[in-house]
Amino acid sequence: MNHIAPGRNAGVYSYDDIDRRFVTERVEQFRAQVERRLSGELTEDEFKPLRLMNGLYLQLHAYMLRIAVPYGVLTARQLRKLAEIGRKYDKGYGHFTTRQNLQFNWIKLEDTPAILHELAEVDMHALQTSGNCVRNVTTDQFVGAARDEVVDGRVYAEILRQWTTLHPEFTFLPRKFKIAIMGSDADRAAIRVHDVGVFAKRNERGEVGFTFYVGGGLGRSPFIGKLIRDWVPEEDFVAYLEAILRVYNQYGRRDNIYKARIKILVHELGQEKFTQEVEEEFARLRGPKYRLAPEVVDEIRRRFGGPAFETLTDEPESFQAAKAANPDFARWVAVNVLAHKVPGYAAATISLKPAGGIPGDATSEQMELIADLADAHSFGELRVSHAQNLVLAHVRQDALFTLWTALEANGLGTPNAGLIGDIIACPGLDYCALANARSIPLAQAISARFADPARQQTIGELGIKISGCINACGHHHVGAIGILGVDKKGEEFYQITVGGDPTLTTAIGDILGPAVTADETVDAIEAIVEVYLSNRHDGERFIDTLKRVGHGPFKERVYAAH
Amino acid sequence: MALNDKSRNEAALKAITANRLRDGEVIFLAPGPNLGWVERLDDAALFEDAAAADTALAAAKAQAEDEQFAVDVYAFDLRVTDGQRVPVKTRERIRALGPTVRIDLGKQAAA
Ligand code: HEM
Ligand code: SF4
Repeated sequence: MNHIAPGRNAGVYSYDDIDRRFVTERVEQFRAQVERRLSGELTEDEFKPLRLMNGLYLQLHAYMLRIAVPYGVLTARQLRKLAEIGRKYDKGYGHFTTRQNLQFNWIKLEDTPAILHELAEVDMHALQTSGNCVRNVTTDQFVGAARDEVVDGRVYAEILRQWTTLHPEFTFLPRKFKIAIMGSDADRAAIRVHDVGVFAKRNERGEVGFTFYVGGGLGRSPFIGKLIRDWVPEEDFVAYLEAILRVYNQYGRRDNIYKARIKILVHELGQEKFTQEVEEEFARLRGPKYRLAPEVVDEIRRRFGGPAFETLTDEPESFQAAKAANPDFARWVAVNVLAHKVPGYAAATISLKPAGGIPGDATSEQMELIADLADAHSFGELRVSHAQNLVLAHVRQDALFTLWTALEANGLGTPNAGLIGDIIACPGLDYCALANARSIPLAQAISARFADPARQQTIGELGIKISGCINACGHHHVGAIGILGVDKKGEEFYQITVGGDPTLTTAIGDILGPAVTADETVDAIEAIVEVYLSNRHDGERFIDTLKRVGHGPFKERVYAAH
Repeated sequence: MALNDKSRNEAALKAITANRLRDGEVIFLAPGPNLGWVERLDDAALFEDAAAADTALAAAKAQAEDEQFAVDVYAFDLRVTDGQRVPVKTRERIRALGPTVRIDLGKQAAA
């Protein structure tokens, strides 16, 4: 097998032989299970948990395979492989999700072992993408690049991945378990709506430590994660997490799926009692077995390598001239490009949200193009964001124009990162077996209504998030405008919420009023935006205006016709 | 496909569906005594009375259990409007045709 040479793709964790053997053994194990299922030796009841452990669901039209993209970081080579799988085994496209993973919607059970085998060739798998285990740890899509970064969260996300994979105690938790980690002075990973949200930071002496939020989550009962400890030293990182999981494993409810998440436990025990339980467990665990030695952290960090940045200066002349000569490019830079910690570089968001498009979908051709661009301009690596976009994190500023020209020519240059067109939407009733209503057509209609990039920029930061049912895969609770599909006697209706916030100032949105039809929803969004624009003070974001003027004027306008 | 179908109170027929085990394809029970399966709703058996549908469903489930070739076997409601078979629920219409957002995919693509 031709594996990635260590350090070839700077900033991407490289597997060793132990990692590879483990993944390959799992593929062979699953191959045997699939054979036994196809021959009728295993019943569906016996097989279902086994396929779910390998990320394979049955959806409306076919099987869906959810492939893990650990903390959202991919190599160009891996993306090319995903493109190839999309073409060979699916229908020529893939769907990037809010958990920084990739889903294929048209998979055949009988092809799955071959697909997993091909994934293993590029050090990828579908483990822990389903089931009651610790799921893919998510993080900032600008990790290792953002100017505001204090700690590189990838290193600790990888440590957690290794710690939790196959951990005997954590393979059968009461329910799925989601961890997000941030190492910047901003929250780009929605950490307080995760089971555990971790903030990595440094003290005055420069040592790394962690703040733990526990018990957040969306779904049927949304909760905001509670602060249970402000500073856990680096060496206790694993011990503290293990303590949390043990308390959860011991007290979490297994009798009722709706009450099984840690958010319910934290809520029912109370923050104080829960914290006390964790602290007691932590005191028992703390010791050599759980100590995270600095050498281990260094070794993991080393295996990520580091891009060989050149010594450059910010705002080179050619970049400034390109912006001056081309207003469309200038707009894309203003909206989709973020400052980099290294002078002369930038992080570019590739929007997978063209006006009228399907959020998060990318064709095999687009994936190949982006892989080539990552090789040419970003050290052969890229990221998936929880907003269902892709990111090239280390682009020379003087290469941005070339990059944009290639993206623009292939429908990937939409300047809408963080704007009203950058809609998060789950697959909804078009694909999902659990859905009440469709999500994608609404996202398409709203983004088409607000297609004008100048208008989007005028409206400014405004997140619309859409879920097709209460499971909230589309994060609607934390959308500045959230949309939830509901079923009313067999018809699709949509409930609008406003005021949600996924950042550290986390807020769950409030329901604006009665659910409306799809067409009415698009008009309602337009009305909400108009009320905002006519009420906002200079420089005020949508959620700030909403906070200041309250729901009244919005509600009035949206339901005026009723 | 209208977003919301107002005529769903008309008398409904039933058909029986499942996903094929080896590839997940949506399949329907075919007419005739042999418990055959077809890929298109147009070729499926329709049941006018509930008791007949229940009997067929039980037989189809037993067969799927026995031979392990299909999963999630169940019956659903549909109507025939202007000669077209239209499932009552949007979910079943989408299963029978394909995603409404990609009419180039699913069974509708080959129509
Ligand atoms: C096979 C399709 C899917 C199924 C069956 C599914 C199922 C579920 C369920 C049952 C929950 C509720 C968990 C709970 O709170 O107890 C959930 C939550 C969630 N899912 Fe999905 N989902 C699917 C697809 C997706 C997709 C495509 C995404 C990303 C676009 C996604 C991301 C999430 C997220 C972010 C949550 C947040 C709720 C939370 O745990 O706090 N899921 N999903
Ligand atoms: S929110 Fe509901 S409809 Fe959307 S993907 Fe999740 S489970 Fe499916």
